[in-house]
Amino acid sequence: MDTVAMHISNGIVGPGTSGVFAAIALAALAVCVLRGRRDLDDRLAPMAGLVAAFIFAVQMLNFWVLPGVSGHLLGGALAAMLVGPWIGALCVSIVLIVQALVFADGGVSAIGLNITNMAVIGTFLTYGVLTLLLKVLPRKPGAIAATAFVAAIVSVVGGASGFVLEYALGGEVGDISLGKAAGLMIGVHVLIGIGEGLITAATVLAVAKVRPDLVYALRGRALAPVAQESAA
Amino acid sequence: MGAGHAHLLHLPHDSAVHRLPPEVKIAASVGFTLLVVLTPREAMWAFGVYALLLAIVVAAARVRPGWLLRRVVIELPFVLIALLLPFFGGGETVHWLGLNLSVTGLYGAWNIAAKGTLGVVSSLLLAATTPVNDLLTGLDRLRCPRVMTQIAGFMLRYGQVLGEEAARMRVARLSRGYEQRFLWQLRAWATGAGALFLRAFERGERVYVAMLSRGYAGVMPRLGGRPARPAEWAAALTLPAVTGAVALAAALT
Repeated sequence: MDTVAMHISNGIVGPGTSGVFAAIALAALAVCVLRGRRDLDDRLAPMAGLVAAFIFAVQMLNFWVLPGVSGHLLGGALAAMLVGPWIGALCVSIVLIVQALVFADGGVSAIGLNITNMAVIGTFLTYGVLTLLLKVLPRKPGAIAATAFVAAIVSVVGGASGFVLEYALGGEVGDISLGKAAGLMIGVHVLIGIGEGLITAATVLAVAKVRPDLVYALRGRALAPVAQESAA
Repeated sequence: MGAGHAHLLHLPHDSAVHRLPPEVKIAASVGFTLLVVLTPREAMWAFGVYALLLAIVVAAARVRPGWLLRRVVIELPFVLIALLLPFFGGGETVHWLGLNLSVTGLYGAWNIAAKGTLGVVSSLLLAATTPVNDLLTGLDRLRCPRVMTQIAGFMLRYGQVLGEEAARMRVARLSRGYEQRFLWQLRAWATGAGALFLRAFERGERVYVAMLSRGYAGVMPRLGGRPARPAEWAAALTLPAVTGAVALAAALT
């Protein structure tokens, strides 16, 4: 399938399907812009920029998954945890748009598909999962790390499933069986998800320990004072 | 804007294409790519015309073909996948040099290779002729929501902060005798990523506070530059207009 993880290139999914998903992505982004405007205060503006820059850098980090298939991190979970779903989806979308325009990574005509998979599914699905996990789990560093890890895997596999759905609806690449494509995409992305999970967990944990006020998902509440407990 | 100095894909010199305002170039490039993708794959002559059109822009922008070719390798992974399709696609087959090739697979491969390459070259041309900051100005003039250009501006600014902070940390690690080894160092690498993020954020926060204290209120002042004139729009939109005509002809035949 597509080797550069989920950056779908021009001409892989048909124009009809691409159009439908472009409309979906546009609608989702419009909502994000409206809601995000409320969120984007003096604290979140630089954070959003840094999250976008970090995701940009991290997406360039390709790693070898299987022979002939490499993947890279997506960053949706990181964005959802640190700046929330609205701004998070905007951050990932901006990275994708700049990559399509400037670095020719991911097709311009496939931008709707890429935004739907990585920005919309990647952050919103993840945000749901992590809000749920944070409610259930205690506010301890280990739990935060576990939440970030699980959320990252969910975001990557969710994005991959999005690609499989789009490919099923409008794939233009001959008739490779859908089952084979789905198996390969999701299998590979579980592995990518584990890598992404480790980096997301490490980053979020580092931020949550030192500056819990910067983690949107914690909603301004500090971690339970477990750092001392576990040290004692 | 203090951000985004020369970047890898920008070719700083002067040409008719470089001088065009960014918004018309974005519109032309995106329009071109969309029309190329809409062209039916069977109309091979149309893709030849598109390549010719791009060649004219390349010449007008005075970009050396070799410079461009070295950067087109970005799409190599996609082309390699495309090359496999004729062997794995099902359906009707043709014999060529003793190989059984699937017809739908061949068309699929051609489709990806042709449309992918044209799109990549068009994006590369945009990047080569437009500095990143101008690209943001262009998006702003195309009525891209302020929140998005604001985040994008910070992204470019902090990309540099992040890079420099990473370089500083690398020097610090090396001077303490750190040696890069594969999996054994994963833990150090992971905590390093977290530390890098925090350091870059705190530096970025200082930059932001400095900007606020100098009167930043969400928009950068525009120093120079002006919106595109009708003649410039007309010149740039010739590309998608001709492309559209060819695409239409290809769809009708």
